Amino acid sequence: MTGAQDDGTVLRVEGLSVSYGAVQALRGASLIARRSEVIGIVGESGCGKSTLASALIGLPAPGARMRGQVEIGGRDIVAAPERARRAMRGAAVAMIFQDPMTSFNPVLTLGQQLTDFQHRSALPRRARRARAAAMLARVGLPDPELALDRHIHELSGGMRQRAAIAAALLMQPQLLVADEPTTALDVTMEAQIIHLLRELRHEHQGAIVVITHHLGVIGELCDRVYVMYAGEIVEEGTTDEIYHDPRHPYTQALIACDPAHIAGTVDRLPTIPDRVPDLDPPPPGCSFAPRCPVAMARCRTDAPPRVTVGPGHAAACHRVTP
Amino acid sequence: MSLFELHEVGVDIPLARGITAALGGHEPRVLNILDGITLDLHAGETLGLVGESGSGKTTLARAMLGLRAARGQMRFQGQPLVRAVLRRATAMMFQDPVASLSPRMRVGDAVCEPYVIQRIPRSRRRSAADLLDSVGLPPSLAALYPHELSGGQARRVCAARALALNPALVIADEPTAGLDVSIQGDILNLMADLKRERGIGLMIITHNLPVIRHSAERIAVLYLGRLVETGPTPEVFARPAHPYTASLIASQPNPDPRKRRADLAIRGEVPSLLRRPPGCPFHTRCPVARDICARVPPPEIHVSATRRVRCHFPLIQPDRNGPQGGQ
Amino acid sequence: MSFAADSRTDGARPRPRGALGRLMSEPMGATGAVLVALFIAVALFAPLIAPYDPLALDIPAKLQGPSLAHPAGTDQLGRDTLSRLIYGARTALAIAMGATGAAGVIGLALGMMAGYGPRWLDGALMLVLDSLASLPMILFALAVITVLGPSATTLVFVIILVSISGYARLVRAQTLGLANAEFIQAERTMGASNLRILFRHLMPNVVGPLLIVLSMDVPVVIMLEAGLSYLNLGIRPPVPSWGNILYDGYSSLRQQPALVIAAGVPLVLSTIGFTFLGEGLRDALDPRLKGGGP
Repeated sequence: MTGAQDDGTVLRVEGLSVSYGAVQALRGASLIARRSEVIGIVGESGCGKSTLASALIGLPAPGARMRGQVEIGGRDIVAAPERARRAMRGAAVAMIFQDPMTSFNPVLTLGQQLTDFQHRSALPRRARRARAAAMLARVGLPDPELALDRHIHELSGGMRQRAAIAAALLMQPQLLVADEPTTALDVTMEAQIIHLLRELRHEHQGAIVVITHHLGVIGELCDRVYVMYAGEIVEEGTTDEIYHDPRHPYTQALIACDPAHIAGTVDRLPTIPDRVPDLDPPPPGCSFAPRCPVAMARCRTDAPPRVTVGPGHAAACHRVTP
Repeated sequence: MSLFELHEVGVDIPLARGITAALGGHEPRVLNILDGITLDLHAGETLGLVGESGSGKTTLARAMLGLRAARGQMRFQGQPLVRAVLRRATAMMFQDPVASLSPRMRVGDAVCEPYVIQRIPRSRRRSAADLLDSVGLPPSLAALYPHELSGGQARRVCAARALALNPALVIADEPTAGLDVSIQGDILNLMADLKRERGIGLMIITHNLPVIRHSAERIAVLYLGRLVETGPTPEVFARPAHPYTASLIASQPNPDPRKRRADLAIRGEVPSLLRRPPGCPFHTRCPVARDICARVPPPEIHVSATRRVRCHFPLIQPDRNGPQGGQ
Repeated sequence: MSFAADSRTDGARPRPRGALGRLMSEPMGATGAVLVALFIAVALFAPLIAPYDPLALDIPAKLQGPSLAHPAGTDQLGRDTLSRLIYGARTALAIAMGATGAAGVIGLALGMMAGYGPRWLDGALMLVLDSLASLPMILFALAVITVLGPSATTLVFVIILVSISGYARLVRAQTLGLANAEFIQAERTMGASNLRILFRHLMPNVVGPLLIVLSMDVPVVIMLEAGLSYLNLGIRPPVPSWGNILYDGYSSLRQQPALVIAAGVPLVLSTIGFTFLGEGLRDALDPRLKGGGP
């Protein structure tokens, strides 16, 4: 399947807004992901990253209103009717969830489900099962043939996440969305899943979007990063730019707070005072202004412009200069 | 003086057995969760207990609080454990703060619950507002139910409840689990302040190494129910002695893309407690394991006056000048 | 906006309304509550409301249709049907609420003991309760009535015996789920006694679901009472019970169909009332559903 445009863009999100009643959970998000690229979406709880994830697979929460475009391989999943969305899911876009236990049916064997996932393929059942086994072997499950006859609860946490990755990749989607793929895992398991995703990106022809609150996962895995705060993308750039040259005060504060960033013992760990604002409706001006250490009067009234600081590096802030 | 001493502590739990086995009078099968834990905790000190799931870290905490039967010797404030004393002088903060508050009890009642349970006379109680204030929460929160709190608020409420009786020892299980990075520091700072102001001994149980690194003076690493390494945090992080500690530190994802790891520090998964490897439990995943590791459980060696490691081939050589072996 | 969002702003937020307020805010719950309240009021104040003595015979005026003097007509003995229905509410209430209430209390106690107590106690209790539950309800009722003779007491006894098991199972399942919850663990670390954990922390959490089931079972028992009385195995005539009235109505269906209809109306209304109340309680009693978040 080669629906991707010539410049290799697999995912193009343009001015995406999602609201639940009065709550404007996501406001005007724009991002792109190209073939063989891993992009990261990072933010804290309530920043809208889960809303974005569900919009990317065309499955908004009940009662949500979506505006804008989410083009996967050139087709807009927002404008598409439910039938077309369903066809795109699995074939064009697949998702890995935080808890792999919930993405499998507990009463069916892994083999039954991995064969069923290929229901759109023309292959005979036996061939589909062989593909499933090959995919399980690829993601590092020992004895894949045996694993096919197991139920999900018989696998360990790390193996479950591997199986979930295998399931997602089975239909060779152009876009793979991983929502907090390592949050439920132990550190040594997390490192292994990161390693696996890093290996797979070279074989997998599509783009990978990793959604996480964990800067370590971003640092280890992603090429480019979008930083989200209170339903907006506040900064974007390469992982290196975001970590070593963050421009938005929120990005700076977030990195400063990450204990992994701090070497040696400190007397007090840094924090960001106050809380994420309510989004019904969001505050006028910059949504980070109430917590921002360098906010000016203008920040509380005028929405900040998107300032380009370099090719591909931009931040939405009044203080940032090119 | 040590606030809490553990000497060769172990915990076994009987496996549920079928009726036929019970009637047949077979020896009940037991699952060894912890063994040979020797550790002490000082007043005014934070000890970080690190381990992955299945390492037995929560079981150890429960044994220390007298909630679980254990072998070996434990002394609290120099005395053998007495349940009534423990209940008053220790407190536990659970992993899920909202779930650890009774869902139909208002916050104000919840923080004063220890007074009611311990039948503290009214004159010696602190008010709910006072307790909430000591953890930086407004008194108006007292009227709320637990599910109405944010994650950070619920954590503080649990801290207030833990501090109500002025305990000498507080055990916190994953105090930052589920919290945003920007609030994590808040809770850790609060706990550090309380420790400093009141001289509390604090034990933080976590699998999150960065949390330990900045908040604990000493660290103890558990692997499959064995204490594999203990020592001052900065030294352990700078030069880990046990291969497992080294792998744990190396596995920590680094936010700096320039310091990406190309290879994997550790492969495989923690074995099931039901199939504990013989010899050193880590030998199945250890990069430096040799034949002896699969046969002989490693002894605990002192690599310096303050550091102990349970390994046949520690990554750092024992300090010749330091005390060798023995307690 | 919702409470959940408000609560995050420290302090200034509306206090959650009580369970009753939440119940009355839903049309279903409100309907149920009003009907049940009406039913209870009628039962309690029967002597004040009833226009006639329910037992007073007036043979010449037998089997009349609805009229101003007798809004619901009269039966084959000329007794005023409305008055009999009003007094019948007393019978229904006493039996239904008495029996389900008693069964609920016993079920609550046994269920909590089984769920929180030692494993052997759980095993023993469940063995007994399962044996009870395996008795076919109607046949068992008939057997007991045959032995003890039909009376209100027998009826209540049978109903209690057959319904305890279901309530106890429900409470036990809830208790088992909560026994290892962190807040119970927390209570243990603070040194709370088992009694305190059971009554202060477990009971408030298991009693809600039980109340819902109880409320929905009341109409079942009313129907059972009516059914058994209809079969002449429940309340003995001349004591007015809805089942007796229904039976009388059925016997004289050819002469006066109004009697059957009159006896059916309170049965239907009370069934709807208790069922709606149960549904309403389900939402109102769960503090987590208050307001509901985004």
